[in-house]
Amino acid sequence: MDSVLNQIGIENYIFLSVALFCIGVFGVLYRRNAIIVFMSIEIMLNAVNLLFVAFSTYHQDAQGQVFVFFSMAVAAAEVAVGLAILVAIFRNLGSIDVANLKNLKG
Amino acid sequence: MNTLIAITGLGVLCLLFEIFNFRKGIIPFTIVGLLATLALTVNDYGTNASFYNNMIVVNNFSVTFSSLFIVLTIFLVALSHNFYESHPTKISDFIAIKIFMLSGAVAMVSFGNLAMFFLGIEILSIALYILCASDRLNLKSNESGMKYFLMGSFASGFILFGICLVYGAMGSFDVIEISELSRSAELPDWFFIGILLLTIGMLFKIAVVPFHFWAPDVYEGAPALTTATMSTLAKVVAMATLFKLLSVLNADISESFQIVIVVLSIASMTVGNIMALRQVNVKRMLAFSGISHAGFMLMTLLTLTTSASTLLYYAAAYSISGIAAFAVILYVCKNRDNEDITNFHGLGKTNPLLAAVLTGALLSMGGIPIFSGFFAKLFLFNQTIEAGYLVLVIVAVVNSIISIGYYFKLILAMYGKEPNEEKTGTPILYYSVAVVAIVINIVIGLFPSLVLDLM
Repeated sequence: MDSVLNQIGIENYIFLSVALFCIGVFGVLYRRNAIIVFMSIEIMLNAVNLLFVAFSTYHQDAQGQVFVFFSMAVAAAEVAVGLAILVAIFRNLGSIDVANLKNLKG
Repeated sequence: MNTLIAITGLGVLCLLFEIFNFRKGIIPFTIVGLLATLALTVNDYGTNASFYNNMIVVNNFSVTFSSLFIVLTIFLVALSHNFYESHPTKISDFIAIKIFMLSGAVAMVSFGNLAMFFLGIEILSIALYILCASDRLNLKSNESGMKYFLMGSFASGFILFGICLVYGAMGSFDVIEISELSRSAELPDWFFIGILLLTIGMLFKIAVVPFHFWAPDVYEGAPALTTATMSTLAKVVAMATLFKLLSVLNADISESFQIVIVVLSIASMTVGNIMALRQVNVKRMLAFSGISHAGFMLMTLLTLTTSASTLLYYAAAYSISGIAAFAVILYVCKNRDNEDITNFHGLGKTNPLLAAVLTGALLSMGGIPIFSGFFAKLFLFNQTIEAGYLVLVIVAVVNSIISIGYYFKLILAMYGKEPNEEKTGTPILYYSVAVVAIVINIVIGLFPSLVLDLM
């Protein structure tokens, strides 16, 4: 495992994660379908998880991998709440387009 | 440590009460339990201990801020009784979520490891997403929950990425190890990017300009009691956490970072106040007022080593006057579908006591003497001038004057206009919370050393 990381180099893992994170950020900012926005948030969080594992191997330290468990559990809880809110919106509005949510302005 | 266990246990007990069909006792029991927890927390004052491999650190900072959060939660739970009258079957859920949110808040100020920090902030945020959307048949509440959820998890992504880069640079999540390593000369660039991303994520949660755009919408749409929670508890928690995070991770902030904080502070105060001037919805007005107060509290980050007690004092003054104001707003806007200023017309005649309390709370936020808000601003400005940021303080004083403008708009509406309708019913809990909160506010205003000497 160590030799693979040496061959590829930690920088490339960082670049990959940053690229995935940015894809997630742009997905959140530009997509209008709530499900796709949720998926983009998941991409952001999973990009970070990938980098945690890479750093964990780089430092030869298990803490990073343990942290990934925490962040996966938290992400699952977060999406569960998000989907519940989305169901409530769908029942009231009949659509999951976030562009429809503009009642609050001032 | 005991605080965290006691609070979590209390939350579980709330859920058990529901199973054993003991709904009526939930609120009194929770308040007594929280008072006991407060005593337990105060008992820890003066100790310096760490638990579970330095996951949780108990020191004066964590004890004093945890006590403040527990006091705020007691008020919020006391207000719940009348607010959730129409949903008697769900009372245990609402109370339990508030208690679990408090456990997240306590974890956020007593972390010794970034894992604990992350868990704390997520517990707090997820509880707030649920509370925001809890009025599920109301489209406004849904929308506010959705907006808060999207912004909150977006910010969590940034915080997580920041933690990851700090870990990559240091090879540890332990804040003591990180701060020791950060004093060494050779630091990878990722470390600073990580700190920057962590700061951005926290600024989202505090709602500082330019990361504030979600706050007014979310505050307006959420049920009024949730707005009270967000604008008092959540804001103070996030601010205290950012303070602790920056002071444990890099003891001496660089010059350029200080310039960023000065600019953000000025922008936040000015934008918050100017936008607040043209609001007609009281919740929205208090959201913008909260943004400007966040700008004031951000000034404490410029003198990290000495300003912990000033931050505590400012946070206590701001949040307790916020509780008093919201107790009155909850009373006035009960059974109404909006919170416009017209609802407050003539409150000075129909209900002089609550009008006086709301006036006091608003004057405290605006910074008028004998209320603690004035002394909070006085100490904060004093400290900032001593650190050499004269321009920042001048802008802050000008902003305090502007803020009087919109606070007085509400006060004039209460005393100058004729009442539209007679209000019946006197919920005793709203009265007692409002009066107790304003009395605490005046007491810590008259004797500032009660709070300032704690740290």
